[in-house]
Amino acid sequence: MKMTGAQIVIQTLLDLGVDTMFGYPGGTVLYIYDELYKNKHKIHHYLTRHEQGALHAADGYARVTGKVGVAIVTSGPGATNAVTGLATAHMDSIPILCISGQVPVALIGNDAFQEADTVGITRSCTKHNYLVRDVNDLARVLREAYYIAHSGRPGPVLVDIPKDVTVAEAEYVHTTTEPKIRSYKPTLTGHIGQIRRGARMFQQAKKPVLYVGGGAVTANAHRELFRMADALGFPVTNTLMGLGSFPASDPRFIGMLGMHGTYEANMAVSHCDLLIAVGARFDDRVTGKLSAFAPHATIMHIDVDPTSISKNVKVDLPIVGDVRHVLAQFNEQVLTPEFASGKQDLTPWWEEINSWRQRDCLRYAQSSDRIEPQYVIQCLHAVTKGEAIIATDVGQHQMWAAQFYGFDTPRRWLTSGGLGTMGYGLPAAMGAQVAKPDAQVVVITGEGSIQMNIQEFATCLQYRLPVKVVIMNNGYLGMVRQWQEFFYQRRYAESNMEVTPDFVKLAEAYGALGLRCERVADVTATLEKGLAHPGTVIMDFIVNREANVYPMVPAGAGLNEMILI
Amino acid sequence: MRHIISALVENEAGVLSRVVGLFSARGFNIETLTVAPVGDGATSRITLVTRGEDAIIEQILKQLNKLVPVIQVADLTEGPHVERELMLVKVATDKETRAEVLRLADIFRSRIVDATPTSFMIEVTGDSGKLDACLALLTPLGVTEMVRTGHVALARGEKGMSNTRTTHH
Ligand SMILES: Cc1cc2nc3c(=O)[nH]c(=O)nc-3n(C[C@H](O)[C@H](O)[C@H](O)COP(=O)(O)OP(=O)(O)OC[C@H]3O[C@@H](n4cnc5c(N)ncnc54)[C@H](O)[C@@H]3O)c2cc1C
Ligand SMILES: Cc1ncc(C[n+]2csc(CCOP(=O)(O)OP(=O)(O)O)c2C)c(N)n1
Ligand SMILES: [Mg+2]
Repeated sequence: MKMTGAQIVIQTLLDLGVDTMFGYPGGTVLYIYDELYKNKHKIHHYLTRHEQGALHAADGYARVTGKVGVAIVTSGPGATNAVTGLATAHMDSIPILCISGQVPVALIGNDAFQEADTVGITRSCTKHNYLVRDVNDLARVLREAYYIAHSGRPGPVLVDIPKDVTVAEAEYVHTTTEPKIRSYKPTLTGHIGQIRRGARMFQQAKKPVLYVGGGAVTANAHRELFRMADALGFPVTNTLMGLGSFPASDPRFIGMLGMHGTYEANMAVSHCDLLIAVGARFDDRVTGKLSAFAPHATIMHIDVDPTSISKNVKVDLPIVGDVRHVLAQFNEQVLTPEFASGKQDLTPWWEEINSWRQRDCLRYAQSSDRIEPQYVIQCLHAVTKGEAIIATDVGQHQMWAAQFYGFDTPRRWLTSGGLGTMGYGLPAAMGAQVAKPDAQVVVITGEGSIQMNIQEFATCLQYRLPVKVVIMNNGYLGMVRQWQEFFYQRRYAESNMEVTPDFVKLAEAYGALGLRCERVADVTATLEKGLAHPGTVIMDFIVNREANVYPMVPAGAGLNEMILI
Repeated sequence: MRHIISALVENEAGVLSRVVGLFSARGFNIETLTVAPVGDGATSRITLVTRGEDAIIEQILKQLNKLVPVIQVADLTEGPHVERELMLVKVATDKETRAEVLRLADIFRSRIVDATPTSFMIEVTGDSGKLDACLALLTPLGVTEMVRTGHVALARGEKGMSNTRTTHH
């Protein structure tokens, strides 16, 4: 059937099963929006108030569903506004298909109105990108882009479409078969020889640690992981991105590792004889000083992306493959009586770990007159029974959320780990709420971060998204202030954020409910009231201004050199 | 160590900037780079010379392979291979030096590809050592301009690229 480029865009998305997208219109995408208008019952478009918001919303949608998040922006400023959203998704390996408008083919390179070299600008912050010059390539490119976005190590893929290509016509052929790209074939199954070797290492280990990252979430491998950890009885630590892939309430969970990880997790890694990295990428926030990282361990690494393996830390047993496939392969070896009989006694190791646990490294004192931010998060956990979807911004509040919320299931934790993008939380929560209309979606944010995409409250209002926003208002860019306190002799250069809008009035201005809480005794009641409200809510918690995130591994120090409270 | 890396890539717009962008973004160095379509023109072959410790070279090979339009990557320095570079040199001559330039050109089995009463243009092919040696001798005689192509290389033996040691996705 002959179709225009704009019709092909919509039809291809429909054939791919897309029913939701986030975006912002402009000149070069008007033909596509016109087709969206005609198909509005099949594809629900959410108009954000900024393109960055559209990308983060698509990102939040992708994180909670595991599906590709779809966003559309116009050329020039639309595309440049999308860059932070693309880079955020790229660093955290989140599947996004971003369609951007471009000036007509004949004008490309002429400094045309609202022209930007979008493919050039986004090359290093996307998994791949395309400029479609010929309408005959459009459907194929969109299908490839979608496939590349979610397969292998996921990531954002951008398709730049000149306006005249959306008008030109081409033959459209329906298809649901997966595209074949000769130069792109991710490896999913692990090498069986390596798996057997790995299983022997499991048996020989006296001090093993499972170091599980975002790849386990991406791969939806939590069941396989649980079966394996359960059979092996190994301690499990998560990266910031891996939280929820293993139940936080399980006794074998030893907390997050890294800069703000627990003492027990970091000590276990520092003393282990076998470190099993599962879909984790040895980020510098995790490893600290490389020479002091897991110095006594044989290191095994399961990752779908060969470039992650031996990038920062030399790996002894690499296994390229998808975490779910590989763990299932391991389980075939591990869940046998012969295997169990050959295992080491891990009691001494657990005794050592439990002695580290006794340090109670996350403890804090809640006085009667000043709200501690950690306490708010613990109360939030209690009020939501640990079942909320939590989106965060970046800063101290993010770390406290990671340390104190405790996720028992995956895809409930939305945080910008790799890029650390302030302004991520609210729009990501919107995307999550769109995907899960009945879920309790809560943003944990700071008075600094929330102001970076505050315009998105209007989007919440327009689509009646009942997102609940918890502001940990310390009147500081707290994480910056903490570093200045520790490493710059308390010279608080430009980290004061006392001047904010009145968040209660601001909520009201947006037609949302605003609540302020200044007293310890009111924390739970405020949360209960706010969370029970059917619409969007901003809860402004005035917290201890100078609370610090502990424990902390100073930048450049080893994991065994933590600053403890 | 010096490595010669060969990559077969889709011959499409933007591939070269993806490769070059990768090197600059990750701080890998490129000493020379050559690229041209091969076969039916649907693919191009990139040859690049880089230096780095083994771990860096391993990352370079993996990162190149990760680029979507890259079909195959091989480190040719891992096995026996033939490497060539071409150089064009323009030498200013006078009565005294003219014969000497011709003699040197002959020694290096190079060709005179352009001549005027006061200059020669010489085409030299070989490995970089030979080109360097030739240039070192010509320079004192008055080199006015020169250009080098950068290296191309193929593994020795009957097999094609898909049979040399490669890193796959
Ligand atoms: C203020 C701040 C403080 C931070 N402090 C900490 C901290 O204390 N501790 C901490 O852990 N992090 C911390 N981070 C986050 C940190 O920067 C990194 O984002 C994080 O550690 C990376 O997590 P990851 O290793 O799980 O990798 P991810 O970024 O989640 O990458 C996933 C890995 O899994 C692989 N993968 C993806 N899909 C699959 C699949 N299907 N099968 C197999 N493999 C797959 C990928 O190739 C990649 O290697 C902090 C961030 C901020 C902003
Ligand atoms: C877009 C962006 N700009 C700057 C930073 C650097 N930064 C990291 S944390 C932080 C402070 C965040 O303040 P706030 O949102 O109030 O959170 P708090 O640390 O006080 O909990 C800053 C400025 C960043 N991560 N992102
Ligand atoms: Mg703050």
